[in-house]
Amino acid sequence: MWRLLGGIGAPVLAILAAIGRVTIFAGQTLRHVVRPPFYGREFMTALAQIGWLSLPVVGLTALFTGGALALQIYAGGSRFDAAAVVPQIVAIGMVRELGPVLVGLMIAARVTSSIAAEIATMKVTEQIDALVTLSTHPMKYLTVPRVLAGLITVPFLVGVGDIIGIFGGYQVAVRSLGFNSATYLQNTVDFLEPLDIVSSLVKGAAFGGIATLMGCYSGMSSGRGAQGVGQATKSSVEAAAVLILAANFILTGVFFSV
Amino acid sequence: MIRYIDVHKSFGSNHVLRGMTLDVPRGESMVIIGGSGTGKSVALKSVLGLVTPDAGQILVDGRPAGAGDRDAFLARFGMLFQGGALFDSLPVWQNVAFRLMRGALKRPRSEARDIAIEKLRRVGLTPDVADRLPAELSGGMQKRVGLARAIAAEPEIIFFDEPTTGLDPIMAGVINDLIREIVVEMGATAMTITHDMSSVRAIADRVAMLHGGKIRWAGPVADMDHSGDPYLDQFIHGRAEGPIEAVR
Repeated sequence: MWRLLGGIGAPVLAILAAIGRVTIFAGQTLRHVVRPPFYGREFMTALAQIGWLSLPVVGLTALFTGGALALQIYAGGSRFDAAAVVPQIVAIGMVRELGPVLVGLMIAARVTSSIAAEIATMKVTEQIDALVTLSTHPMKYLTVPRVLAGLITVPFLVGVGDIIGIFGGYQVAVRSLGFNSATYLQNTVDFLEPLDIVSSLVKGAAFGGIATLMGCYSGMSSGRGAQGVGQATKSSVEAAAVLILAANFILTGVFFSV
Repeated sequence: MIRYIDVHKSFGSNHVLRGMTLDVPRGESMVIIGGSGTGKSVALKSVLGLVTPDAGQILVDGRPAGAGDRDAFLARFGMLFQGGALFDSLPVWQNVAFRLMRGALKRPRSEARDIAIEKLRRVGLTPDVADRLPAELSGGMQKRVGLARAIAAEPEIIFFDEPTTGLDPIMAGVINDLIREIVVEMGATAMTITHDMSSVRAIADRVAMLHGGKIRWAGPVADMDHSGDPYLDQFIHGRAEGPIEAVR
């Protein structure tokens, strides 16, 4: 009985401790955001790394998802004479859910892992210690620029992903399913509401913050050697993906619960 | 100038420093020797606040290390790390001029680059190295770049963490000579940790041996060979037999 309780209690305590550490880390990041110095060059580099260089993967993911979504809705809708709702459902599905979530997960895979591996390697090779000896706070130099860049660029990526996803659905619907181009576009525009777009962008900002913060946290708290770097990278992506999906659930509830 | 007073540090059950007490006089080159895992790096990093001692005190010019303006405190130090610790994403000259491009010592970019190239020249590297990335350099060149970075802002105190580890004997000799020349030229206080006896003889004014978490012996380098201390004797002659257990 005690062993069973211990078996449950130990991981629960470990999870709570990890949540506490991440919360403290987030608080420290916030504190450094509002206090100088601010490293503009590192921020610009992070903007390019996280935003610009993620565009191809985000675009392709959204394009194929939008196309597949149109096919699925058409096939499913045909069963009860509702095939005409393809433009509306593609639009709402992409903008409210699939766009932000898929972009968030792609960013977790591409950016979180890369940040975690880079910072963990810097830690293992004493580059973080070197930063300190050069009078440069690692949180300010490494974490703040990346987290700010994530908060700013991921909503843009989500916006681009939404548009490309809708475009993918449009292409499939018009070219393969016999939809009229003008009607499809009109239905898409008419059906989307400002709240849908706002929720999408807010989710993007939240997911961008989570993805970059988890990358930085895992990198900074990595263990020694190659194994430590590998573990930090793996755990950063796992944590970011789970937190993004949990945040998506909460934000969907906040925006759309009746 | 740097004074350790009964400094203790443990990592879990591993008691690394058990009351280290040592004076490092201003303008002298102190080399701390000792086996692997005896706490030499911890002793060095404790001064800079990279490691926080559990007990005891470290004074720099009579004031507790790190007290007051931390940036101003750190600006007095330069450090050469064991593996170089060069920033992979920055070209060599930006590594060297890192401190000169940010914070209180910030200079115009072109001036920082000129200083970096001059420091690279001082450590025997040609200006064409300046725009390369650290990964494109050999181990010896990386050490030199690390050395150039350590002296770029002309610090009063320079730390050298295992400066010759991983280098061939000739390159190790070159680095030792460079360190000695630079320390004398700058009039800096130097603290080096190593277990390479050729480094000790080339760099040191004074030597301290760390063993069992305490300073076992300290004195001028000239006295090292006839100290009468069996631990130091065993260490400097590299004997497997003696009071220091070979397997720790």
